[in-house]
Amino acid sequence: MQIAIEVNGERREVPEGASVAELLALIGLAAPKVAVERNLEIVPRSAWASTQLAPGDRLEIVHFIGGG
Amino acid sequence: MDGIPQRNAPVDGAADERLVDEGWTVAGRRFRSRLVVGTGRYKDLPETQRAIEASGAEMVTVAVRRVNLSDASQPMLQDFVPPDRYTYLPNTAGCFTAQDAVRTLRLAREAGGWNLVKLEVLGPPPFLYPDMAATFEAAAALIADGFEVMVYCADDPVAAKRLEEMGCVAIMPLGAPIGSGLGVANPFMIRAIIAQAKVPVLVDAGIGTASDAALAMELGCDAVLLNSAIAHAGDPVRMARAMKAAVEAGRDAFLAGRMPRSAAADPSSPTGGLIRRDTV
Repeated sequence: MQIAIEVNGERREVPEGASVAELLALIGLAAPKVAVERNLEIVPRSAWASTQLAPGDRLEIVHFIGGG
Repeated sequence: MDGIPQRNAPVDGAADERLVDEGWTVAGRRFRSRLVVGTGRYKDLPETQRAIEASGAEMVTVAVRRVNLSDASQPMLQDFVPPDRYTYLPNTAGCFTAQDAVRTLRLAREAGGWNLVKLEVLGPPPFLYPDMAATFEAAAALIADGFEVMVYCADDPVAAKRLEEMGCVAIMPLGAPIGSGLGVANPFMIRAIIAQAKVPVLVDAGIGTASDAALAMELGCDAVLLNSAIAHAGDPVRMARAMKAAVEAGRDAFLAGRMPRSAAADPSSPTGGLIRRDTV
């Protein structure tokens, strides 16, 4: 069973019950320096494994890039 | 060799402890380099790395953006500009509201794990001039949330003082619009801001070439923040080196104190003892 969420503005399907940590693994993000926001709330790194995704969740996954 | 200074003699004063730059301190962190550089607008990441190395900067600004979901394995800034060697200063570039700026920096704090940030809330193109009402609002929210805020602001002494009183850890007035390369458009206002400030003042934005950076330092700035002047130079690595030297020269000139200006000539050579043709 898949659920639909939105990640960085794109619709995406993930297995029901998947956590934030599992989503990052699905995307292939091993990078240590990313931050995750779920429905406008920061999900601390320590809570990635225990935070389950729900249908309709809107996530932002960001990192540092070059800037002035 | 008698009487001829040796090539390696400490003629530059480096051996004189009084002349060694102690550096500057912001929010309890000490930096020897008075040049803060951006990491954007370079051709590629290896060029970014070489230019930043040549600049001698210890603090670099970085932007916070969405991860590319379709290619999460692409090279990352931190592989070329390692955060354990450089102090990352996350910015809020591209934020036009206080809410967006605060949200961006909360994400930056989570991604990087530190509180020192650069706040900039911009007005509309073509000038991207600081939106001071929104900047005050965002600064208040960030300070209440435990951030240490280095703030990009208008070259307005009243606004600058208010930001300092709110608790901002550094005041960063623009020299000229972001990316314009116009230099320090209003040196009198920059000097006024410096004269009253008890926290570090940096000219941020507008620097176009080395003499602009030297001028900012001669005005008494604690440091200079720039990006495009290096990244958009014909040879960014060489310009990075020029900026390093300019900031050091400008600081020394400020400390040395310039000579007074005069509208008339004042010869350096003695006026007495001149040879004369005998007159009959």
